[in-house]
Amino acid sequence: MIRVYVEGIGVRGEGLDGWPAAAAVLAGRRDYLPAPVALPVNTLLPANERRRMVTTVKLALAVGTEAFANAKRDPGGTATVFTSSGGDGDTIHNILDALACEQIEVSPMRFHNSVHNAPSGYWSIATKAVEPTTSLCVHDASFSAGLLEAAAQATVDHRAVGLIAYDLPYPAPLNAVRPIGSTFAVGLIITPAPSEASFASLAVALTQGNEPPTAMAEPRLEAIRLGNPAARSLPLLAALARDIEAKVILEYLGNDTVTVSTTPLPLALAAQ
Amino acid sequence: MQPLLLSHFAIVSSLGAGLEATLAALQAGRSGLRPHSYPGEFDTWIGKVDALDTFRLDEGLAPFECRNNRLAAMAMAQDGFAEAVAALREKYGPHRIGLVLGTSTAGIEQTERAYRRRDPETGRLPSDFRYAETHNTFSVGKFVARALDLTGPAIVVSAACATTAKAFGNAARMIAAGFCDAAIVGGADTLCSTTIYGFRSLGLISREPCRPFDRGRDGISIGEASGFAIVEKAAGGRLPPNAVLLRGIGESSDAYHMSTPHPDGAGARLAMERALAAAGMAPDDIDYVNIHGTATPVGDAAEDRALVELFGRETPCSSTKGYTGHTLGAAGIVETIIAALAIQNSFMPGSANTQDVDPALRSRYLTAGQHAPVRRAMSNSFGFGGSNCSLVLERAS
Repeated sequence: MIRVYVEGIGVRGEGLDGWPAAAAVLAGRRDYLPAPVALPVNTLLPANERRRMVTTVKLALAVGTEAFANAKRDPGGTATVFTSSGGDGDTIHNILDALACEQIEVSPMRFHNSVHNAPSGYWSIATKAVEPTTSLCVHDASFSAGLLEAAAQATVDHRAVGLIAYDLPYPAPLNAVRPIGSTFAVGLIITPAPSEASFASLAVALTQGNEPPTAMAEPRLEAIRLGNPAARSLPLLAALARDIEAKVILEYLGNDTVTVSTTPLPLALAAQ
Repeated sequence: MQPLLLSHFAIVSSLGAGLEATLAALQAGRSGLRPHSYPGEFDTWIGKVDALDTFRLDEGLAPFECRNNRLAAMAMAQDGFAEAVAALREKYGPHRIGLVLGTSTAGIEQTERAYRRRDPETGRLPSDFRYAETHNTFSVGKFVARALDLTGPAIVVSAACATTAKAFGNAARMIAAGFCDAAIVGGADTLCSTTIYGFRSLGLISREPCRPFDRGRDGISIGEASGFAIVEKAAGGRLPPNAVLLRGIGESSDAYHMSTPHPDGAGARLAMERALAAAGMAPDDIDYVNIHGTATPVGDAAEDRALVELFGRETPCSSTKGYTGHTLGAAGIVETIIAALAIQNSFMPGSANTQDVDPALRSRYLTAGQHAPVRRAMSNSFGFGGSNCSLVLERAS
């Protein structure tokens, strides 16, 4: 088990438009109201780079920007962990479609946007961050894997880490072999020690599946959780939104799970 | 960082199958590149693993059938690797062995085939196409975990051409955080149309065998390869003879451009500096640098600048991409293994195909192999997105 602290969250999902609005829903203070995901224009990137941004990049940058703003932390000096089950679906489909044609022409911009670490690349350009960044994929367990890596990095390298998880639906025909229900992304700023902005501690442990993953009580949120690998984070976000001590079981590989025990920060500090 | 023991390696590339074949090719100066014509009158040179065309997966692994997983399976069948992992399972238990692999395109070659077999009416992919086992970036992780019977934490890193160097960083953190006691690090990247035509669209592929650091260098040659390393804590216990330690890892971002390295080599230099700092070493401690050196005009110049600024002009260095081609996501593991071979065999490889070293590049670039003791070596891997990683290896004394 390792203990880390959360000092900022960003989120985008259907009807979950930013952390304050999402927290109100997840804490039960407001009813869930489905609405399409709105992606804000990122003003950090120069105009020519902004034009090249594909949806995964917009999505990852949106939650990253919000999480760092909420944490009041400079993204330019912070390491990042990006995690996603897939690259940009439209980009990959367009390349595969072009490769199946008689006359093969691949767009150079599409090609560089097709790499799994495209969001991480654009993020470092946007924030001028030269700090380490990694880009992971563990299929449906991508969020838990990213959380393990971010927590390990914060603890082992004694530094703040921005965790950014994102996934969005594929276009046809890939959506038939990889159905992803809706667009979802989350950013979490994690630190090895509490800071002024910290509001909760997380005790993160790799556990051998004695309990099933925590589900969402609201059926439409549960559908989002099950439909999108990044949304497997929802039970953790709900515990953080409710500001309570809670044990959350997150899906991992096979029967294994990642267990996260959340503690609101005044309590966590008192316990030290 | 705590030194880690690299207790076993396995490799397959166009140089051959296994460590011995790899070393023999490097020592003989024999490149694995050869000419290939792609549809659309595109002639280039590639580093292909011929045996892959006929290599078959074990029956139980049939759902994972694709070129990339076959390549990984072929590497796992070399150098006594499967036996070494079996011993590791005995030692730590399958749940305590982490799996940290890397790939840039996984089995997308299988999806390319599936796209050519789409239903002409509906556009649907053929029913035998398996997304999770072939196309998904994690497919190689799922496959290797199954093949090696490992049940510990598993991740696939995909950070373009720095991927399988960075994987050592993820593994080191996983071990230090206590999520596992040892790890398998490595990965595979396969020749596919996505990367061939993608790099062509960027004007980055040479029509000749790539010539790192040559005056006339004009782009990369793409190769395919897979490699693995077993990573264990080095503390306590007697180390095997000729053991290689992983002493330092340095990661950085260029924060400059998606597909062009920073011309000053600032990100490359930062990665090398961080690797040295993690190892507690000075530039002079390094005997040989296996550089990224892909043979693009801009990339080689940027790396040379970073090398000269950090090491001066005396530290021998070379790129082995003229031998293997640029194996993209596998370049990190391939070149880490080559750096380890350099240490174990007191042999610094030269640079295949490089005829006329660019006088504008000022580092001490080896065109021919040299027999000399190598106690400490660095390996550089840089990729799209400005993703940089340097590793420092050392012979255990």
